Amino acid sequence: MKEKISQLEEKARRLRVAIVKTLHKSQSGHTGGSLSAIDMICALYFHKMRHNPEEPAWEGRDRFVLSKGHAAPALYVALAEAGYFPTEDLMMLRRLGSHLQGHPDSKGTPGVDVCTGSLGQGLSMANGMALGFKLDGKENRVYALLGDGELQEGQIWEAAMAAGHYKTDNLCALVDSNGLQIDGDVSRVMNVSSISDKFRAFGWNVIEIDGHCLHGICTALDAAERHKGAPTAIVATTVKGKGVSIFENKASYHGVTPNDQELPVALRCLGCDCEELENQERIGA
Amino acid sequence: MIATRDAYGETLAELGAENENIVALDADLSGSTKTGVFGKKFPERFFNMGIAEANMVGTAAGLAAVGKIPFLSTFAIFAAGRAWEQIRQSVAYPKANVKIVATHGGVTVGEDGGSHQSVEDIAIMRAIPNMTVIVPADGEETKGAIRAAAAHKGPVYVRLGRNKVPNVFPKGHTFEIGKGCEVVAGTDLTFVTTGLMTGVAVAAAEKLKAEGISARVVHLGTVKPLDKEIVIKAAKETGVIVTAEEHSVVGGLGGAVAELLGEECPTLMKRVGVYDRFGTSGKSEELLKYFGLTAENLVEEAKEIFARKK
Repeated sequence: MKEKISQLEEKARRLRVAIVKTLHKSQSGHTGGSLSAIDMICALYFHKMRHNPEEPAWEGRDRFVLSKGHAAPALYVALAEAGYFPTEDLMMLRRLGSHLQGHPDSKGTPGVDVCTGSLGQGLSMANGMALGFKLDGKENRVYALLGDGELQEGQIWEAAMAAGHYKTDNLCALVDSNGLQIDGDVSRVMNVSSISDKFRAFGWNVIEIDGHCLHGICTALDAAERHKGAPTAIVATTVKGKGVSIFENKASYHGVTPNDQELPVALRCLGCDCEELENQERIGA
Repeated sequence: MIATRDAYGETLAELGAENENIVALDADLSGSTKTGVFGKKFPERFFNMGIAEANMVGTAAGLAAVGKIPFLSTFAIFAAGRAWEQIRQSVAYPKANVKIVATHGGVTVGEDGGSHQSVEDIAIMRAIPNMTVIVPADGEETKGAIRAAAAHKGPVYVRLGRNKVPNVFPKGHTFEIGKGCEVVAGTDLTFVTTGLMTGVAVAAAEKLKAEGISARVVHLGTVKPLDKEIVIKAAKETGVIVTAEEHSVVGGLGGAVAELLGEECPTLMKRVGVYDRFGTSGKSEELLKYFGLTAENLVEEAKEIFARKK
């Protein structure tokens, strides 16, 4: 296990490097929330979820809904790393004609199952999938990653109510609670705390973790899978921009990409060696 | 006489027996929308989502994403209105195989008043890419429309009414998405209609006949995609088009026909519908009169525009 966790940690670091390079190249996209979510996405794709990049439409696969769709770069680098499409495609993020849209679009990207981006809608879709699997007696699990600012959308709580009501225990919501949204502190813009209490009130099993501790994330995901009779919410405390000191905890980096001066600083923060720094075009290398 | 919503409930239950992938969702109105008929027969495949339309739409999209064919229902104003963005984002954008069957469309919902009378939903749904918009004329056509919606792969919006409406079509009438049909032959002018206004236009055509005017009635059970051919043919052959719908004249059937003819075959035309205002409380019949949606009014409008043709 210890070895696996250190492998995941190294993978998460490399995925962070890929996010930074991708966003630098595109000069458009969301940096802070991609970096805060990547450890959880890494644990999902390389520890927990049953999926097969060779066969994106494999029926036995677990499903992932990136409800906070603006963290698309984090999803894309993980999909590329897993082998759903060539890593070179990341260079085309947000470009006209690219299959990597600004927000996840199931119609073009292998491995993306639902269109997300308009906040608040993903948990409903995830619960619908979970209900469908239950109806068919299938073992597939559904994971939805939400942002804490996103929880201000009322539809999230409609979905939480429904999942609690229908006891969809094949559903797991992960909340990337980085405490910041575009206009500033979540607690100041519109306080959503206590997130855990709210999910509990709707009948959910709740696990609180440090969203950057891969051991904790994996342990929570395993526990969520074992929990029967209620959906599980993993409420993860995270740092917006995590891993790059100049981006950390800054709301201003919500939708801002690294510029030419920031790129080498960011890459050094992420422990890039000389070769990685020189070879900036090779995403995920 | 049967209400289109009753025909829906009956057909949905039949479909449920034929295809176990069909599931139904409702937002606490299953007695009114008639999804309850399905719910009683197939309780495990019926999901009452409570008074939470946005979540209902998203849940249906999720069910569709794992291979189900969800039919979701509520009143037209709550589907097209409250859950518009969910329909756009979670259903239409990914081309999810979700069937939105909205009941209580138009002003004939009646006494509940303007808050509950949906006179914008056809326009709203028509503006969304990938969306098919169906407005059946009667119960018989509704049966075919529901079956066609189930067979169609992709998002469909079917708009139904609350009240019983006279039959326009015979038993076994076939419905094909995107195909209009000539209900009454005529050479002087054409009523292009949808929903319950088709039956009204048939009555108007009879009255006009007595006055020596030969009116054609073309029914468009599908507002989107529009059967361009049948509309252009009618415009060319009769020279005058009068559209009629239980909906705002802004952006609905009248808007669609005007857009088409404006680009491809400029024709003298008149849109009959609700003239850019909200509904109001009243009995259905009173409201049809109040908003000018009667055979008598269609006759008047037709005569007036026919006079301009000469």
